[in-house]
Amino acid sequence: MQVPVQVYVRRMGFSAIAAILGVVFALPLIWFISAPFNARAELGLAIPQAFSISNFSAVFQNTFAMRALLNSLIQAFGGVILVGVSATLAAYALSRSSIPGKSAVTYILLLFSSVVSGSAAMVPIFLIISAAGLINTHLAVILVFAGGLLPTAMFILRDFIDAIPRSYEESAMVAGASPLQAFFDVALPVIRPGIVVVVVWAFVNIWGSFLIPFILLRSDNLMPASVAIYSFYSEAGTPVVTLLAAYSLIYSLPVIALYLFVNWKFGFRFFGGIKS
Amino acid sequence: MASVEFQNVSKSFGTFNAVPDISFNIADGEFVCLLGPSGCGKTTSLRMIAGLETPTSGKVLIGGKDVTNLHPKDRQISMVFQDYALYPHMNLADNIAYPLKVRGKGEAERHARAKEVADVLKIGDLLKRLPSQISGGQQQRTSLARALVYPSQVYLFDEPLSNLDAKLRLEARGFLNHLQRDIGMTAVYVTHDQAEAMALATRVAVMDKGRIAQFAPPLEIYRRPATTFVANFVGNPPMNLISIRVEVAENKLQVHADGIKVEGLTVYSHIAEAAKAKAMTLGVRPEHLRIAHTGDINVISGTLFANENMGPESLVTIERPDGNRVTARIFTDDVIKTGDIVEFSFDEQHITLFDSTGLRVPALGEID
Amino acid sequence: MKTFSLLSNRAGALFLAPAAALIGVFVIIPFFWVIVVSFTNRTLLGSTALNPDFVGFQNYIALFNPLTFFSRGQFGFSLILTTQFVLLSALVGQALLGLILAWLSQTVSPKIKSFLQTAVIAAWILPEVVIGFAWFAFLDFDNGTLNMILRGLGLPPGDWLLQNPFWVIVVFNTWRGAAFSMMLFNSAFQSIPPSYFQAADVAGASSLQKLRDIALPLIKGHVVTDLILITMWTFNVFTPFLLTNGGPSYRTELLSIYTYRIAFKDFEFGKGAAVGVIIMLINLAFALVYLRMARKKPAEAD
Repeated sequence: MQVPVQVYVRRMGFSAIAAILGVVFALPLIWFISAPFNARAELGLAIPQAFSISNFSAVFQNTFAMRALLNSLIQAFGGVILVGVSATLAAYALSRSSIPGKSAVTYILLLFSSVVSGSAAMVPIFLIISAAGLINTHLAVILVFAGGLLPTAMFILRDFIDAIPRSYEESAMVAGASPLQAFFDVALPVIRPGIVVVVVWAFVNIWGSFLIPFILLRSDNLMPASVAIYSFYSEAGTPVVTLLAAYSLIYSLPVIALYLFVNWKFGFRFFGGIKS
Repeated sequence: MASVEFQNVSKSFGTFNAVPDISFNIADGEFVCLLGPSGCGKTTSLRMIAGLETPTSGKVLIGGKDVTNLHPKDRQISMVFQDYALYPHMNLADNIAYPLKVRGKGEAERHARAKEVADVLKIGDLLKRLPSQISGGQQQRTSLARALVYPSQVYLFDEPLSNLDAKLRLEARGFLNHLQRDIGMTAVYVTHDQAEAMALATRVAVMDKGRIAQFAPPLEIYRRPATTFVANFVGNPPMNLISIRVEVAENKLQVHADGIKVEGLTVYSHIAEAAKAKAMTLGVRPEHLRIAHTGDINVISGTLFANENMGPESLVTIERPDGNRVTARIFTDDVIKTGDIVEFSFDEQHITLFDSTGLRVPALGEID
Repeated sequence: MKTFSLLSNRAGALFLAPAAALIGVFVIIPFFWVIVVSFTNRTLLGSTALNPDFVGFQNYIALFNPLTFFSRGQFGFSLILTTQFVLLSALVGQALLGLILAWLSQTVSPKIKSFLQTAVIAAWILPEVVIGFAWFAFLDFDNGTLNMILRGLGLPPGDWLLQNPFWVIVVFNTWRGAAFSMMLFNSAFQSIPPSYFQAADVAGASSLQKLRDIALPLIKGHVVTDLILITMWTFNVFTPFLLTNGGPSYRTELLSIYTYRIAFKDFEFGKGAAVGVIIMLINLAFALVYLRMARKKPAEAD
């Protein structure tokens, strides 16, 4: 079949526009991707003359930088475990028990979670954490994130559990299982993909967060990588930009890896409001 | 094995009254089918036996023991679900042996028993597979194996064959029938397929709007349907039902309807009583109709509507002057042309009469 | 009367307890506490840190003082700035660009599509600090990539963060968030049966006509959802702080950054809380509209 010239030209035009837009979107990140591999780069863009990983080894020898990454890990894992466990239990109860008013609970939770944003609630959150004597602790960051991410996590998981036939647990109970056995043997393994999605989402949120740890933490040895990077480039005079770029790339890797993992494992399924 | 009894059981969901009030008794070793259209309360009744719904009022007894408020796990029952409910993360062996696992049996015993049951059901070679890796028919047998793997008081089936294609359904039905003969289990089986109920049950409960319309052995239901609803639901094609005007004259029941010619019928006490309402329904099964010959006395006539050749027989449908259609199962090769006036004839002994409220009028021989 | 359910009410309550406690302490209580604090003169240090006085509406009156309302670094200036920021970067920027990106993705070859989407999504998934740093480098006057390109094209370079800070954060936020709208519209377009477009092709419709006459009317619900969500997020976003610190001279001080400065730089918790309450009221309006629509959706879906 012969494609008419007009259609061909139009298609080429669309492709050109798409390609240009892609380049425009990539531009601000090009330096960020090339600099870490360049031993002598400044803020300027240059093709690495000799491909080098010396920046990375310098970062790995920097105890402060490594300490910050470890802090990010502690806070993200702590928050993820809290969110994962309590969201799973709560979503299961909202889906499977006949507690009165559970649809109202979901509605009110969603309302609160979208109204009480980080920027609106930073003052009372700070006051609550100081009243509890938790200022400048990992636990403060973990608890605040768990509370903030839970409503959305519960909502996503409840949707997921609602879509699972009740006959799974019913058949287990008829076969002699107690409600708890049915939950652990049958329901939990079936819900697992949903839990994975929620956990990944929570991890990415906590790992990438800046404002909450910035407000709640004081001492350098508790700072997560996000706050560390910010203080490097905003306060420390002229930063060693190539090292900082390498460090930023290392810090970004878990997020990229998790994105690729979810994409590969579940295809791209769209969760409205997955990022807040 | 054990008996099952419902004592004035009712169930409502909010304002919807799914089961107004039913009582029945299923004896030990019976295979009972709950048959009815969707929304008739048959699944709700089954789930009340299982303990997956609690009656709003009334009592459920299994083996003479009141289990109304007992948790499903404490009822010693097994159940096959419509969607099979096979656990996607367990292989077939673990799926089948799950009831043994919650009963605290060791792994060796569990797998030995699972293998035993699976072999009977011809899925013994698939035990290492996951449910997603086997066919629909095999999934159905796996869920059956899980129900059979441990001794139960009652076996419950919730439309277990409805997700199979026609050929597999026949095969599975035959197997269930064989199994029932083999082990004589007490079973309650929910279906909307009358052929399945007729083929499997020792007794059938035909349900209509949450009530039991008739509870009797299959042949009884077929031959003496208690109501026009049962007559119309059972049989394929179902019984022909014709509204008639009646009067008693010359000591005979005179029948009037367009396109119907019937010799006066024998009058006895029940007929005389029912005839007072002036209106009745005449029922006759398709296989009891034949192409009329000269001299036949009971005749239905109408224009030919359809003539479907089924192989051994033809389904011939005519339309009577009032629009009512009558189908006959004809076992001859008579050529019938479209547009023809076709006449069917039948014998008096084969008709069923229903009174004006739709209840069957007892036949002469049944009078006590 | 006892009714059967898969999880008894007691077990259900037990299952709900941890989540309820966490949400109660860190979402519900802050909601009410911020209202209480907004009526006090609480500070971080000094005598009013522990025993704040009740000052009534004084904080609100100070925020809405007509003499200073519109001055730089004051509440009114920040509120107007935030409104402009939302209109330009979310409603015009992200939504329109997202729509164009999604529409282009439907027509171009798979290779170009995956390049385009990778670039757009990368801007969205990378941590905000990294993005802030990357843009910081991108916009650097002497060595930044942007000025390098401009010089290469023979155009005058600019010190963008000093000269046009507001437009920088508008473009920045558009760039950062377009992926969400693009993906939402992608899945919306994919929910339209291809035969609709083929029928239009047969009828001789152009790409623009297909977008206007077929696609847009069918994805109206998605468009409204998208607009409300990105409006709410952009309204609360703190990320531009990482690029500009709210400056220079308050020219990029969005409400969230303003709250931060009042509460944690000037240590006026009472006043900061009052701003928080106003932010929550605006959030509430958007959330109510959104939840009302989300509830209606199942009925309107077909």
